[in-house]
Amino acid sequence: MLNANGLSCERGDRQLFAGLSLALEAGGLARLLGANGSGKTSLLRILAGLTRPAAGEVRWRGERIGDLAEEYGRELAYIGHAPALKDELTVAENLAFAARLAGIVASGAQLEAALEVLGMATRAALPARVLSQGQKRRVSLARLALPGAPALWLLDEPFAALDEDGIGRVRALTEAHLARGGMLVLTSHQDVPVAAGSIQTVTLGA
Amino acid sequence: MTAAFAAVLRRDLLVALRRKGDALNVLIFFVIVASLFPLGTGAEPGQLRTMAAGVIWVGALLAALLSLPRLFAADLADGTLEQMLVSAQPLPAVVAAKVAAHWLSTGLPLALIAPVLGLQYGLPSDALLVLLGAVLLGTPVLSLVGAAGAALTLGVRGAGVLTGLLVLPLCVPALVFGAGALTASLSGLAPGPHLSLLGALLAVSLPLGLWAACAALRVALD
Repeated sequence: MLNANGLSCERGDRQLFAGLSLALEAGGLARLLGANGSGKTSLLRILAGLTRPAAGEVRWRGERIGDLAEEYGRELAYIGHAPALKDELTVAENLAFAARLAGIVASGAQLEAALEVLGMATRAALPARVLSQGQKRRVSLARLALPGAPALWLLDEPFAALDEDGIGRVRALTEAHLARGGMLVLTSHQDVPVAAGSIQTVTLGA
Repeated sequence: MTAAFAAVLRRDLLVALRRKGDALNVLIFFVIVASLFPLGTGAEPGQLRTMAAGVIWVGALLAALLSLPRLFAADLADGTLEQMLVSAQPLPAVVAAKVAAHWLSTGLPLALIAPVLGLQYGLPSDALLVLLGAVLLGTPVLSLVGAAGAALTLGVRGAGVLTGLLVLPLCVPALVFGAGALTASLSGLAPGPHLSLLGALLAVSLPLGLWAACAALRVALD
């Protein structure tokens, strides 16, 4: 499904990685490991189609992601470092907007159910401004719990800033996704065990 | 596509509504700039009438410029811009919605207050209508050209000044035709041709501005 061949990435004059390949099938999990600055986020951004690799290509269902454009976007959920929440909007409004951007039309009850999966339903009416880092992360991850969530998840440090309860919820969410045949690429410094049919580890900067 | 346009437009207007200060600052800036000129040049009615067109247009241009840095920078900082680029929606629809929201929250108020400032310069009522029409046609051009400029300078230090240096020269045609329409009307000529040219300018800058802004955003986030 997701195939990356011979990827290399340069930032400034420095080469972060070269000749990196990755293949992910339904239900597969890829963990990206490496020290700070080893290119984990850059690799995720390349897989999301945000950054163009210096060499190599990424294919989704056999087609280059550059040619697929929004079609790839429909099957992809990329959640980066920034929570992508507007301070001025409430938690529910932020989630509704994120859903529409992903092409999902969700009802109020579905939005609330998704927030409940991350334990944020009681905060639905609060402006995002007053949330803590961990709560913001929960809200930005809540769109993964909406019905019709995409097949491929690219998550950058999904467990960062989360407490034990949050880590458990996100872990359950990702495991359910993998069990349904979804695909997941994640970077994480915490050693959170996520169960999957096939797990591959990509170590960068080695 | 229309759903994406509506969703982004709605969100940006909601944000603008909850941050009224931003739009209000632009409007107050415009009023102050336009009010300073008579204080500096003296309040001789004939002289005021001849310079009204230029002063109001330059004031609107500078005021619109003031609001540009936030157009994409806020979305870049909180990560929503990234989400828009990887989303299931076509980027031009998203950018078009952002430009539309920018125009509704800054350009439209500027256009509506321009005739009031025109009164201050002693413009006759038919000239006030021409002024309103010209600013209504001209401010979307500023928003479109400005969006391209703001996207090009995204993430650059001193982006505000740089956006001005990029955008102001490109806004010269809008200034010339916009002020021209008013001058023509004041000297008893038909303002129609100038307004038509402004409309044509808008028709040209719509695809070009969106295209340039989309291309610049992809580069900025690479």
